[in-house]
Amino acid sequence: MLLGITLLTFILMRVTPGNYLDTIRLDPQISQDTIERYQKLYQLDKPLLQQYFYWLKNVCRLEFGYSFHYNVPVVHIIGGRLFNTFILSLTAFLLTWLVALPLGIWAALNRNRWGDRIIQFFSYVFFSLPSFFITMILLFWASQAGVLPLGGMRSPNFEHMSFLDQGLDILKHLVIPALALSLGSIGYMQKIMRGNMLEVLGQQYILTARAKGLSETRVVYVHALRNAINPLITLLGYEFSALLSGAALTEIICSWPGLGSLMLTAVRAKDIYLVMASMLMGSVMFIIGNLLADIALAKADPRITYEQRS
Amino acid sequence: MNNVPKLFLMSFPRKRESTVDARLPRPVLQTVQDGRGHDKDKPLSEFQLHLRDFNKNRPAVACVWVLGVLYAGALFADFIAPYSFKDEDRSYSYCPPSRIQLWHDGKISRPFIYGTKLTYNDLHARVYVTDQTQSYPIRFFYRAESYRWLGLIPFSRHLFGVDAPSRIYLFGADARGRDVFSRILYGAQVSLSIGLIGVAISFSLGLLIGGIAGYYGGWLDNILMRLCEMLMMVPGFYLLLALRAAVPDNFSSLQVYCAIVVILSFIAWASWARIIRGMCLSLREREYVLAAKTMGVSDFKIILVHLLPHTFSYTIFAVMLSIPGYILGESGLSLIGLGIQDPYASWGNMLTDAMSIVRIQFAPWILVPAFFIFITVLCFNIIGDTLRDCLDPMLIGLLPTKQNVKSSIVGKSAGDLTLDQKRSIKSTENPKS
Repeated sequence: MLLGITLLTFILMRVTPGNYLDTIRLDPQISQDTIERYQKLYQLDKPLLQQYFYWLKNVCRLEFGYSFHYNVPVVHIIGGRLFNTFILSLTAFLLTWLVALPLGIWAALNRNRWGDRIIQFFSYVFFSLPSFFITMILLFWASQAGVLPLGGMRSPNFEHMSFLDQGLDILKHLVIPALALSLGSIGYMQKIMRGNMLEVLGQQYILTARAKGLSETRVVYVHALRNAINPLITLLGYEFSALLSGAALTEIICSWPGLGSLMLTAVRAKDIYLVMASMLMGSVMFIIGNLLADIALAKADPRITYEQRS
Repeated sequence: MNNVPKLFLMSFPRKRESTVDARLPRPVLQTVQDGRGHDKDKPLSEFQLHLRDFNKNRPAVACVWVLGVLYAGALFADFIAPYSFKDEDRSYSYCPPSRIQLWHDGKISRPFIYGTKLTYNDLHARVYVTDQTQSYPIRFFYRAESYRWLGLIPFSRHLFGVDAPSRIYLFGADARGRDVFSRILYGAQVSLSIGLIGVAISFSLGLLIGGIAGYYGGWLDNILMRLCEMLMMVPGFYLLLALRAAVPDNFSSLQVYCAIVVILSFIAWASWARIIRGMCLSLREREYVLAAKTMGVSDFKIILVHLLPHTFSYTIFAVMLSIPGYILGESGLSLIGLGIQDPYASWGNMLTDAMSIVRIQFAPWILVPAFFIFITVLCFNIIGDTLRDCLDPMLIGLLPTKQNVKSSIVGKSAGDLTLDQKRSIKSTENPKS
């Protein structure tokens, strides 16, 4: 799978006219020798497939190549960026789940009352708002209120802070992008949660549980919730990938130094190895997300097994 | 009158049908007059039944109207817009929206606007002052810049306009003094059509590949599905960026437009193929397919005529729900400057300016395109959801529970659903992914 993706990316990057070497060739500060050295090092003068396999061999040794744009090995840039994107996605993700689930349950229990109507209305609105629009609005609001930093990830005096302050500082910068990312998905997840909950609450075993005289809390949170949450866990993996994609735009607007904004720079500069590595990392994160979702699902739903059935 | 779909005849104060119990089976007959003037009961077609359900949902009908207006606006953009999309006047940079006045000297007059004058305040910032001494009446069917409607019919009338020294800005002006209102109309041509064309391409590709994979099964299915998974595994926006990088910079704007449509469809077809393949897997086991086979119908025809139409009740709303994805994808790309390039308008690239907070502060109207994106996406979502409610066999009473519906799609009981299948059911419901 990953091989396919990398091959696709590689071919895509190579079929485009011009590569980064052309750009630096125009730079008088860089000597012809350097360029030739690069060319030899990455076998850029060889045919396409050979280049690809050479890159692949290097990746297996955890060498992702050299970023011509930033002038450092790709690994140096991408590690930090990956971590930043991960923080952002994780925060948005947690925020989504922590808000959407209770909201969905509450809405299902109070369906068609005013509270539910209001929640449904707002989830429609937020779900339909483009994430970049939410980001812009939030940034604008923050600029007016002046309490939250606008964009970036660290304050200028970050280096001089104590460890605790550093954490707080990042957290402060995290608020806007995370909020922008999660608002939309909260609306969406909430709707699904509500739908599932309603479906489960209409089942006969809920009636049985109520007839047995179980307390309403137990019926809702033990009997209904566990069944209603299953489809959401399946969604978890996809949610994560959607977050990654959505995060890219938000990162760019908020100038959050993450993988998405790196990808944009790399694509613009035709920095081939950087693009490849970003793509690879993005996919790996996605696969890990899906894997976690599958494991969680198997934990939550004993009916699902991963052994082959006859 | 009964036969005319209400969709096009929205009567406003409608009586509530309180006597009809919603839980009872609804009448499926309509009374029509046959040729000799006698009343005759005729069963409603399935389409009419769905349409009736749809018409009952007022927000959805309203959304259809809103979308209709937006698409009409895009179609007649040349006529409605007072200026062309590249008609710029730097002296009106970030000019605020013109206020349309109806009162003049305490009397009602025809609508007019006051002239605006550019001044600088103490901080040397631009300030536009309304000049009450000059008034410019709004002229309808105004003769201005000539254009070719749809590239064919030459015409020079615009719906409205004002006389030359002044300019009318309904939604204000952008950095180069271009009319935001006009650009929104021209941008709608790009942004709205991309959704339709994109979904048409990816949906037909998905139908074809999903149908083939589902019908034949075996190694072909295996290869095609692995290909789909590969595409679905890359985070969408990253793939979008990488694919966009493959498009040469020297493309003309029409070529870029086509490239974006193709790219967006290329990303999206995989999930369609997976869902349709899942449905076809179970549909091909049905007796009528066997019957068709024994009658010697060619494979291609079986797929096209006997399998794919059965997936439509499910896919039709999924199509509606996925259109916003294309619109958002295009505007996202254009927003970061990789989509439609500047002199041409799209709702996304009009927002590029709004990425700076300072500009939002003194010219909030540059956010108007985002509002239009929002309205469009909202309408498509509401229509899609309503269609789902109408088309869901569970609600029509054909099948008892939702789980049965889903399992009939994949041909297994709900507990036996493998992860992949559950996912393929679920993933259509997420237009954002």
